[in-house]
Amino acid sequence: MARKPKAPAKSKAAAKAPANSGSRLNDDIGEDKRLKMFQLQLEVRHLETRAHDLFLQNLVKGTSHLAVGQEAIASGFATAMRSDDYTFCTYRGHAHTMVRGASMTAVLGELMGRECGLLNGKGGSMHLTSVEHGAMGSYAIIGAHLPIAAGAAWKSQYLGTGQVSVCFFGDGTTNIGAFHEAINMAAVWKLPVVFVCENNLYMEYTPIGDVTAVEHPAADRASAYGLPSIIVDGNDADAVYRVARDAIEMAREGGGPSLIEAKTYRHFGHSRADPAKYRPEGELEEWMKKDPIPMYRQRLLDFGIGENVVSSIEEMVMKAVDDATEAAKASPEPGSEYLFKDVWADGGASWRN
Amino acid sequence: MAELTYRDAVAAAIAQEMRRDETVVFLGEDVAWAGGVFKTTVGLLDEFGEKRVRDTPISEQAIIGAAMGAAMTGLRPIAEIMFSDFFAVCWDLIANQIPKTRYMTSGQVIMPLVIRTANGGGVRFGAQHSQSIENWAMMIPGLKVVAPSTPADVKGLLAASIRDDDPVIFFEQKSLYADKGEVPDGEYVEELGKAKVLREGTDATIIALAAMVPRAMKAAERLQAEDGISASVVDVRCLVPLDTQTIFAEIRKTGRAFTVEENPRLCGWGAEISSLAMEECFWDLDLPLIRITTPHIPLPSADALEDEALPSVERIYNTVREGLD
Repeated sequence: MARKPKAPAKSKAAAKAPANSGSRLNDDIGEDKRLKMFQLQLEVRHLETRAHDLFLQNLVKGTSHLAVGQEAIASGFATAMRSDDYTFCTYRGHAHTMVRGASMTAVLGELMGRECGLLNGKGGSMHLTSVEHGAMGSYAIIGAHLPIAAGAAWKSQYLGTGQVSVCFFGDGTTNIGAFHEAINMAAVWKLPVVFVCENNLYMEYTPIGDVTAVEHPAADRASAYGLPSIIVDGNDADAVYRVARDAIEMAREGGGPSLIEAKTYRHFGHSRADPAKYRPEGELEEWMKKDPIPMYRQRLLDFGIGENVVSSIEEMVMKAVDDATEAAKASPEPGSEYLFKDVWADGGASWRN
Repeated sequence: MAELTYRDAVAAAIAQEMRRDETVVFLGEDVAWAGGVFKTTVGLLDEFGEKRVRDTPISEQAIIGAAMGAAMTGLRPIAEIMFSDFFAVCWDLIANQIPKTRYMTSGQVIMPLVIRTANGGGVRFGAQHSQSIENWAMMIPGLKVVAPSTPADVKGLLAASIRDDDPVIFFEQKSLYADKGEVPDGEYVEELGKAKVLREGTDATIIALAAMVPRAMKAAERLQAEDGISASVVDVRCLVPLDTQTIFAEIRKTGRAFTVEENPRLCGWGAEISSLAMEECFWDLDLPLIRITTPHIPLPSADALEDEALPSVERIYNTVREGLD
């Protein structure tokens, strides 16, 4: 049976955003941040697409979950975050790790099981982490990282560091217990954490609406924890940036957590094994019209940024992805010395004397 | 030396460590204002305040997740899970997240946290509040596992666990909470991974943990008094790291070894010691290693049934005596 396509959601935040006047970018975002967000979105798009190509060449093993179509969320948030803020994300985490500053070579290398990988090949696609960039981990069990993000926020609150934790998760996470436990405790403790639901309409292979008692899986639960219901167009980096900026600022000032639902769509299936045949005919095509990247490119041009500036970013990103691919391919596989390293803080793996 | 209960030694260790290190924080259900349902944390809120001693909702995943997030970003949290049976509702954090993150990230983080919990039977709470689950924790690479049998060890090993840079699961045996014992005055810290020979013997080696230690001691005394059998008793104290040097030295001395385990039979910690001893002490053994455990059943609640299920002094005594026949 074919499912009826769900129309892309109208964004409250987008509706409030300044009209695209065609004037120069002297609004609240500005040219520098817009160019950064464009570049980050492109980096994610091309890196993810490259990861897909490398699967097909059997150079990326295991599983992988691509964020193609969801680039605006990672890019908008990363641009609004302070460099020492914390990111916690899911197994669909290549984007969130890279936009915080992890190198493309290290990301691709990890997917390919190479020594140059972010985790020296010990974690794989679903566990990308770059602590030096504040990317505190990709978590492969649904819901686990919401309480962990709250714990990092507790540290920030306790030591008064002003750091904010931003925790990304999918729509499916809103139905697991840890989601509710974490948001309740974060609200009671007024922790500086921003919970971000990337609602791409499908929990793995099943439409989220078929298994959830409310229409907006995250936003409609917010009131249960005394939080406002916030929905944003997750395909519009400017809208995401503005919502992110406000929520992060509030958290930093002691105003407690936020729960944001970003409506988006993944262009690929859930994971490499999923051709996404369960999607109703025409749905993908409908969402491709809202592809965040061409939309944002056009916006830059409308704002008066030169085609040459935009295309030079595109060329630079493509070259960076190509260079990273070659560097990762050239990296050796990790040696067996990694096998017994770093179980314990002393660097070893011994469980007996 | 001061005489403290096993229960009071918990708060004494936490207080000792909170005084010396501002990054030590403590969270759990009913731990602050109520002082813990087992009264193990009385006085901590008064001394350290609500910022460091925090009551939580009944949300075990939130408790353990918060401890993990705080640990990997710079604090040294102590989390209490009221009954160890409740590990089952936050097992993802304990089994999947906390022990694996350092390894998976190739050493990018350390995870200095302690999960304290009331473990084991003997108090008629039935099958969901009485389990002895040290073996659940022991089988996960990346967790250290401690189970003290005396007030002094509670203080010294809990302090060591808090100072350790790795995650430690600290099992307090709830039937021992009222036990009294001498605890060294002043700052007291023991070393993790050291078993203790409590009684020297020449005929048999009894290897025990937590609540089974005082029972093994009583059985050893009776063996000596009634049968002239000289049994050594080893308190394992830490399952990970496991002090195989001390344990094997005691096994080799007598060639006749017995484990006393509160856990149900299958895959108890004694099975691992037995297996290791087969590989490494085989030619020193006069007898097969014999395991004395709770039968492989859920623990019943009635006095008569629970007493029959748990290894008793009588059963230890009989098993060792018959084993040596």
